[in-house]
Amino acid sequence: MAPLHTPLAAFARRPLPLPRGVTPADARGWQPGKADAPLHGEIFASSREGGGAALALALVLDQMAAQDVNPAADVPDQRAWLWVQDAGAVRLTGRPYRPGLPAALRHRLVHVSAKNPEDALFSLEEGLRCRDLAFVIGEVAGNPRALDFTASRRLSLAAERHRVPLWLVRIDAQRDLSSARQRWDARAAPSLPPRWNPQGPGSAAWQAQLFRARSHPPGAWLLHDQDGRLALSVAGDAAALQVF
Amino acid sequence: MAIWFARLAIDRWRLGEGVRGDVDDAAAPLVLIADTAHGPRITAATRAGLDVGARPGMMLADVRALCPAIAVASADPTGDLALLERLALWAQRWGPWSALDPPDGLVIDVTGAGHLFGGEDALLADARQRLTARGLSARLAIAPTAGAAWALAHYGPDCAILQPGGSLESLPVAALRLDPAVLTVLRRLGLKRIGDLSGVARDALARRFRSAHAPAANPLIRLDQLVGRTPEPLLPVFAVEAPLVQRRLMEPIRHRPLLDRVLHDLCADMARLLEGQAQGARRLELALWKVDGEVVSRQLELAAASRDGAHLARLFGRKLDDVDAGFGIELARLRAPWTEPLALAQKDFEAGAEQHGTSLAACIDRLSVRLGEAAIRRPVLHASHVPERAQRWVPVLDGAAAQQENLAFHARPLKLLDRAEPIAVLYASPVGLPRRFRWRGHVHEVARAEGPERIAPEWWRERSTVRLRDYYRVEDGEGRRYWIYRHGLSGDGRGGNPEWYLQGLYG
Repeated sequence: MAPLHTPLAAFARRPLPLPRGVTPADARGWQPGKADAPLHGEIFASSREGGGAALALALVLDQMAAQDVNPAADVPDQRAWLWVQDAGAVRLTGRPYRPGLPAALRHRLVHVSAKNPEDALFSLEEGLRCRDLAFVIGEVAGNPRALDFTASRRLSLAAERHRVPLWLVRIDAQRDLSSARQRWDARAAPSLPPRWNPQGPGSAAWQAQLFRARSHPPGAWLLHDQDGRLALSVAGDAAALQVF
Repeated sequence: MAIWFARLAIDRWRLGEGVRGDVDDAAAPLVLIADTAHGPRITAATRAGLDVGARPGMMLADVRALCPAIAVASADPTGDLALLERLALWAQRWGPWSALDPPDGLVIDVTGAGHLFGGEDALLADARQRLTARGLSARLAIAPTAGAAWALAHYGPDCAILQPGGSLESLPVAALRLDPAVLTVLRRLGLKRIGDLSGVARDALARRFRSAHAPAANPLIRLDQLVGRTPEPLLPVFAVEAPLVQRRLMEPIRHRPLLDRVLHDLCADMARLLEGQAQGARRLELALWKVDGEVVSRQLELAAASRDGAHLARLFGRKLDDVDAGFGIELARLRAPWTEPLALAQKDFEAGAEQHGTSLAACIDRLSVRLGEAAIRRPVLHASHVPERAQRWVPVLDGAAAQQENLAFHARPLKLLDRAEPIAVLYASPVGLPRRFRWRGHVHEVARAEGPERIAPEWWRERSTVRLRDYYRVEDGEGRRYWIYRHGLSGDGRGGNPEWYLQGLYG
């Protein structure tokens, strides 16, 4: 006689049904180098390192490289981009330094230093409405009262309406409510060994944890920058990811 | 025609104070002073002041010694120049164009205009009468060239007219508008009058002043300009009228929605006016007259020339939040004192164009209205070795000068702290690589380091006691990478033990 009750273990073994609008390819997990980056993403980072903004720039560059080039455009996209920082972010992690920015972006930077988070959110929204901006990076320190779910929803809607990508870097912040389509946690990883001086630091690498995304299951990766594209570290040993 | 306001500053002060000309002479002595590095110095003096011994250029303390009771007012050279500009426009009643001759003169082209006044004598008399009516003391002269008219006005008889072919040889050489140093040279050579210069061979003068190319330093050029052998271009003054629109209101308005409506209409009027002139506004001034006689004014500057009425109204709307209407506003006036040429452009065909987002200039306008102009900047490189000085922040839409990019093998950090933060560093040897450092209360073990990259102080900018910096790129055990430097060397004679600072964060 068959048991009337399905054991709970059977539910646990069954794969979860895919959410609506998610293809099986997406469900395998996030991958670098695909032109499916969200228009609104958040990156949580510590104030003791510059990795959050660097990962945001790397994600943007990766997305730009993955996109199909418009064959009708005879000049490359040289629109300006906006970097908004509030006073806390400037005090904790400093201002962008042009010689250290990626070479493809350094001459196009427009920087806004806002006095408080309200002004920073206003600047982000105005930037998203501007058709002459390629993308917008924001940096806000802590969990200000102004940056609640409503504010992040406003930013999401503005970004999706005007098709301007926004990456918001949250410095020393708790994971509060947000409507961002991808939410990452970034930490520095030991850099790649440089070619000429093995004793010196190399190019940047990040331990990136995707803890909330609309179209992908969560996961953790070791990422590094490779000629302007993001790449997974082959030596992505599990030990490095144990920290999450 | 040249007009020389010999006592412009004093006349302007007198008119401002409401003192009559004849009273001025009998009144107590007074001097106008300007503050200099060595104390107040006299720039002008009344007649009574001149009588007691005050001369322009003297120190005030010296004059106080001569006349302890002397009165003092501060000079206003900017106001004097503004008055001179207004006089230059006013003086165009005697000729088609006029030019400034700062600090206290005007040159007016009256060629062929004399018969309109009944001859050049009558023109001079008319000018004399009108200037006297304005309370300005002036010396006038008419001559075939600007240089000759200037010489006659300053050193000739009053109201002199020099006919073509007339001679100025009896005037002193100072009438040639030369620098004081050149006048000293001429005096030492014994050349006191213009006629003396004609007596010297031209070759000799050319040889003596062969290295002086500025007209004010070379008497030969001035002599040629005096007789008209060399042209002397002058910069004429033109009146530019700022576009102005205004609305008089039948009923004083006290509420914000009505004010917004009026503002919208004003901006639309201004846009139409500017479009007719093919101009765009860069600066706008809005003035609101209230019933009780007060005036509220608001200013707006735009990042790029614009004549989009809705955009202007939106920007002003943000500035009107703190306006107190009181008993009501009865007159609103919008003025554009700074405009730039803006070609006519094709309007949008589609109604959906507003969904395509704003332009960069409009975005910057909106941001700078709320955050201030200094908040939106663009980094540009600057020729300097010191890292924090190698980058400057400029307004976004300013044209970029040609720059030399940094060297590619210099790995610079993504971010630079506004002020380098002091850190405590443990090192194996004083000049060796750092082992461990403490920053913001946490200890970082240095796993990998590269350096030093020595950046010497810029001796052409800084004092000789500034210490050099040895920069290290370090990475701690968790992979966080920093840019730190040692400030100085031990035993470099510029302070005690070197200190360490953290200046930049790598991405």
